[in-house]
Amino acid sequence: MSGPEETRGSQGPVVPEGNGALPARAGEERLAAPVVRTGMFGTQTTGDTSGYGRLRVHRAPPIESLRPYGSYFDAVADALGGALQAGGLGFSDAIERVVVDRGELTFYVRRERLREVAAKLRDDPDLRFEMCTGVSGVHYLEDGGRELHAVYHLLSITHNRRVRLEVTAPDADPHIPSLVGVYPTCNWHERETWDFFGIVFDGHPALTRIQMPDDWKGHPQRKDYPLGGIPVEYRGAKIPAPDERRHYE
Amino acid sequence: MTAGQTPGAPAGAGEADEEAAEGRVYTVSGEDWDEIVAAANEARDLGGGEQIVVNMGPQHPSTHGVLRLILTLEGETVTEVRASIGYLHTGIEKNMEYRTWTQGVTFCTRMDYLMPFFNEAAYCIAVERLLGIEDKVPERAQIIRVMLMEFNRISSHLQGIGPMGMELGATTIFLQGLRLRERILDLYELITGLRMNHAYIRPGGLAQDLPPGALEAIRAFLEGAPKLVHDLRTLIDANPVFIGRTKDVAYLDLAGCMALGVTGPMLRSTGLPWDLRKSQPYCGYESYEFDVPVTKSCDAYGRYLIRMDEIDQSLKIVRQCADRLAAREAAGDPVMIRDAKIGWPAQLSLGPDGLGPSPEHIAHIMGQSMEALIHHFKLITEGFRVPAGQAYAAVESARGELGAHVVSDGGTRPYRVHFRDPSFTNLQSVAALCEGGMVADVIPAIASIDPVMGGVDR
Repeated sequence: MSGPEETRGSQGPVVPEGNGALPARAGEERLAAPVVRTGMFGTQTTGDTSGYGRLRVHRAPPIESLRPYGSYFDAVADALGGALQAGGLGFSDAIERVVVDRGELTFYVRRERLREVAAKLRDDPDLRFEMCTGVSGVHYLEDGGRELHAVYHLLSITHNRRVRLEVTAPDADPHIPSLVGVYPTCNWHERETWDFFGIVFDGHPALTRIQMPDDWKGHPQRKDYPLGGIPVEYRGAKIPAPDERRHYE
Repeated sequence: MTAGQTPGAPAGAGEADEEAAEGRVYTVSGEDWDEIVAAANEARDLGGGEQIVVNMGPQHPSTHGVLRLILTLEGETVTEVRASIGYLHTGIEKNMEYRTWTQGVTFCTRMDYLMPFFNEAAYCIAVERLLGIEDKVPERAQIIRVMLMEFNRISSHLQGIGPMGMELGATTIFLQGLRLRERILDLYELITGLRMNHAYIRPGGLAQDLPPGALEAIRAFLEGAPKLVHDLRTLIDANPVFIGRTKDVAYLDLAGCMALGVTGPMLRSTGLPWDLRKSQPYCGYESYEFDVPVTKSCDAYGRYLIRMDEIDQSLKIVRQCADRLAAREAAGDPVMIRDAKIGWPAQLSLGPDGLGPSPEHIAHIMGQSMEALIHHFKLITEGFRVPAGQAYAAVESARGELGAHVVSDGGTRPYRVHFRDPSFTNLQSVAALCEGGMVADVIPAIASIDPVMGGVDR
């Protein structure tokens, strides 16, 4: 089932060139990638006569875009590289990879360099991303060692540009530096991300729950958060939790 | 309201332990004001300059919703404001992860319940970007989207200004504001079938076309609306009480707005004409003629003026939309993308047994084509797949930048949807607006932010 998506998804991003670009090798790599899901139609037993029950869908490889990125993205990357260089830091020391997808630019930032990168993006006259339009957490359960993602959307009013920063942290060490010092607006957004995902933003002035009650257990937006069913008074029946219901895979 | 932290107040012997932990607590439930005033006076006489902590909300008529503010007062001066939110959290983002992409619209329209079309539009634009069909959405659908969003801007601003008047003690402003808003809700009902929570804008287009008679109703509204807006302005613009309560109150300058991520009328009240409809157009806004009103006063009164001016500009845009729609042939002018793998197969129509798919479509799938039936069934139950990736789409809503961050893992349901709600972000500035001011100014300050708690808490 992942075939059509790959071809459609590959219009924008470029898979790195090299030996792996040979179709046979690319397929081998895909088979080595972790399995995201198996089967179809929710059948687990021998009742499956479709053959889809043996389907194994592997995780799509991380995409990385190569230059030229197009649009204003090259100018932003150059300016950021220059600004980091001036601070004694190489571009690749701070930025893991760059993805240009669907007309949007994403920098995957190494988490220990997040604050420096954000400060450069805000202050450099060629960048001037004055405004942060919030933090959004994403929990990729299968992305081993980098399950938790914090996604920052930055906006430059001076240049009318947007850029996205993505930072990852493993479930075992869910710490990401706080950006409240650079963008005070991140205060509530980081509290919300802590509340829903359990990402600890180091250096946040008051990292407390914001939407859920103070004594709530767990972080509800995580993919491994148990969902309760609703007990219905009808012959002891119970509506299953949303993640246990039959659905299309 | 409860108040604490006045150790000088007379204390009952039985409450001594409780007091040691929390300070003196008064519970005010009405009709006992003399007692409270006497106790507060005594506390002031004894302690001198003692601070009082007042809980305002979450059930308070002047906080614009279930917002709880914890005010620290010295006399009548507010020294500290802390906002407590989350009383209306309903897990909309989480719920959307367990529904198809199209069903997601039904959830997100309920977030900021005063601007449902903006919620739907932001989400649908993000999904369309993920699908790569942004430029394939039919033009008629885009025109109707723009028209509904502008109607929504008007109704939302009226619902902001009206209650603001009521919170300042003027029920006339409230009723006059709602009188016009009611006309717009009637139009919503005519067009979408519902006054709120429409789920009308769908990924790929719209749920259905305008019903017969809609354009005439819109024209009739456009004829009557300017006078009602004018009446409202005559009532408020130069009203000395209103000006006294709002002018130079709730000051927030450009640097403050930038740092706190404040957008919308609040940002434009600092003199910066930042409007996504102009700077990063979507849905064809670049082809409409309108101005971006600004003031330089940075205060609550300036924000009110901007909202009123925006109502005028929105009426102008709606008029252009109505002209364009009238100029198009309705027959064969689709409002849903032609891609049969994404677009809903049938238009709704009203039959003797209620609203449902059109009789022609039913005849086709039940009598003529087994494949069409299978396709219909698959698309409605399973939904369409969206290629893996993420997108962020932002629209200029009535309150500022409303962004939708949508992540897909290639499945039939969103992997993660996050909304950057302008109310949530703007509400952070409440401390900057109120601290150092009078306690009475807290009310116009909140009203000038115009937060909707459904959007703040989601």
